[in-house]
Amino acid sequence: MSDNPVFDRIKSEVEGSDVVLFMKGTPVFPQCGFSASVVQVLNHMGANFKGINVLEDDSIRDGIKQYSNWPTIPQLYIKGEFVGGCDIIREMFETGELTQAFNDKGVALDA
Amino acid sequence: MAMNQAEIERFIKEALPDAEVVINDLRGDGDHYAAYVKSASFVGKSRVQQHQMVYSALQGRMGNELHALALQTAVPDAE
Repeated sequence: MSDNPVFDRIKSEVEGSDVVLFMKGTPVFPQCGFSASVVQVLNHMGANFKGINVLEDDSIRDGIKQYSNWPTIPQLYIKGEFVGGCDIIREMFETGELTQAFNDKGVALDA
Repeated sequence: MAMNQAEIERFIKEALPDAEVVINDLRGDGDHYAAYVKSASFVGKSRVQQHQMVYSALQGRMGNELHALALQTAVPDAE
């Protein structure tokens, strides 16, 4: 437990599922182009992920930026580790590094 | 409040003086930019760390005044 209850909630979320995406809107209905773009990549790869809509909770929306020292949403976590925002995820997808990251962390992708 | 291109470049170069910085105003609206930043100080850092260094150079403006900055970082080719 940390002194910050929001950090504790974030930590339990990112450790509670293999792949977690903090985003604006939901995986089915993203409300921001950057979030939509990461959802599209994950769906294309067949990655199962949990979407957390930061628009529903201001404390998470602010807290996640401090948690990762990252100023923007979306943010992708694999096995509890922050992997990147929209630019990095797209770049990693294009170079094949994202698939590699899933494999390295032992997270299965649907064929 | 949007930021202009020169301002973004100035902040980045203040923090990373050797950086080669190329900025494009994607929509011509002063609010959606793409930046390419190449610096020797990125050597040995992960992409996340490289981007964090650029964000930190912008001193909290990213995500606030600066709504959209698509970022690509690179290290100089080895001599």
